[in-house]
Amino acid sequence: MSVIGKYFIFLGSLFGKGEKLSVYWRRFMEESVGIGVSSIFIVAIVSTFIGAVSCIQTAYNLVSPIIPVSTVALIVRDMQILELAPTITCIVLAGKVGSNIASELGTMRITEQIDALEVMGINSSSYLVLPKVLAAMFTFPMLVVMAAFLGIFGGYLAGTLTGVITERDYLYGIRDSFVPYNLFFMCVKPFVFGFLIATISSYQGFFTQGGALEVGKSSTQAVTNSCISILVADYLLAQLLL
Amino acid sequence: MIEIKDINKAFNGKTVLKGISSTFKEGEINLIIGGSGTGKSVLLKCMIGLIKPDQGSVLYNDRDFYNSDKETRQAIRREMGVLFQGGALFDSQTVEENVRFPLDMLTEFSASEKKERVDFCLQRVGLEAAGKRMPSEISGGMKKRVGIARAIVMNPKYLFCDEPNSGLDPLTSVKIDELIKEITEEYKITTIIITHDMNSVMEIGQNVMFLYQGDKLWEGINTDITKTTVPELNEFIFANKLLRDAAKENENK
Repeated sequence: MSVIGKYFIFLGSLFGKGEKLSVYWRRFMEESVGIGVSSIFIVAIVSTFIGAVSCIQTAYNLVSPIIPVSTVALIVRDMQILELAPTITCIVLAGKVGSNIASELGTMRITEQIDALEVMGINSSSYLVLPKVLAAMFTFPMLVVMAAFLGIFGGYLAGTLTGVITERDYLYGIRDSFVPYNLFFMCVKPFVFGFLIATISSYQGFFTQGGALEVGKSSTQAVTNSCISILVADYLLAQLLL
Repeated sequence: MIEIKDINKAFNGKTVLKGISSTFKEGEINLIIGGSGTGKSVLLKCMIGLIKPDQGSVLYNDRDFYNSDKETRQAIRREMGVLFQGGALFDSQTVEENVRFPLDMLTEFSASEKKERVDFCLQRVGLEAAGKRMPSEISGGMKKRVGIARAIVMNPKYLFCDEPNSGLDPLTSVKIDELIKEITEEYKITTIIITHDMNSVMEIGQNVMFLYQGDKLWEGINTDITKTTVPELNEFIFANKLLRDAAKENENK
């Protein structure tokens, strides 16, 4: 309970005495590049292959002659939009971004860089963490949209190249029974997950005490806690929004 | 002038500082010495506001740091320059950006004014050619000098140095000591240095305070330190064989 209380106090400190707006803008842009742009490659690779695998495996399981082949594409699309693109992408990002944030802040803590900021009278949590949180909430939905697109595209490539589905059936399937609200749901998830990953990882890193070993532990803890929080939030969002 | 009154601090029931009081004079170098784990760094952190003491007060020219409003505390903070043990340079910024950082954050100076001030500070510490290098590309001694440049860039009234000689070779240590001494005298700063380097004590320490297990056991000027009768201080000073031999030689004379 005390950890949760400390976490919420930490969140409150992000909105304490701030610095000049221009400083936050510059930091936000730097973090958007660090968190968002640098994650494009890994997200692209993971989502393309997940799309490809989900297409092949769905086709493998749908052998009934009464189910049209285009259903494979419909399932791939809905799996990507509702679950795989937002949740799996964010779990991958929890590993990449979360560990990066925790180790960066942890190292800054043990090398007294955070103390140096405090001594200057700078709100260190606001200066260091708030731009990371905003950047994650801003870039994660964009990465997830890209992941969903590439996932569906990966399914198309795998399906058509292996011959389990024709191009015509696939294109028909991904447009069949489309619910636009699902896209909104897909974008809400990374917005929430981005907040959770950035704040939990920052919290772990910010309060690191000790040396290199503790930085490693904070980093591991950040990823573990972020993943658990993603799964819990995923369930709650599904209950609330669907 | 900085005055500390009855500073007490304990962590998890273990007392680290036991009612420390002292006055640190303006324009002079004040040294806090003692072995490892005696509470020197905790005392320094209490003074600069990183750790709140359980009891006691810290006065900066009669302004009580812990019992002031936010504005006064902020004003006092802007008058402080701190050199941390490892330099505490921001890894993602060049040397020049590190020194400019307080100006970017805390002032409304124009770009040319900032550049002028940064160039001056880097020149003052002899690093005018290293401005574009990253902290990972410079030596430990250079990092300390960058740390000093960053500490003085805001024209501080109070300079705090946490073990400025740790991890440095003797020659570089002497250079760092001389630099701190020059800056203190030049700008009439109140300088407080945490150290366990006896060479610094003898060379630049004007006023010296000795801490032992959280207690202040001795305070005085550096020329009196070798005449002390405090056994713990004697043990600390004469741990160094060279000093032990020199003291014996003086006695024989």
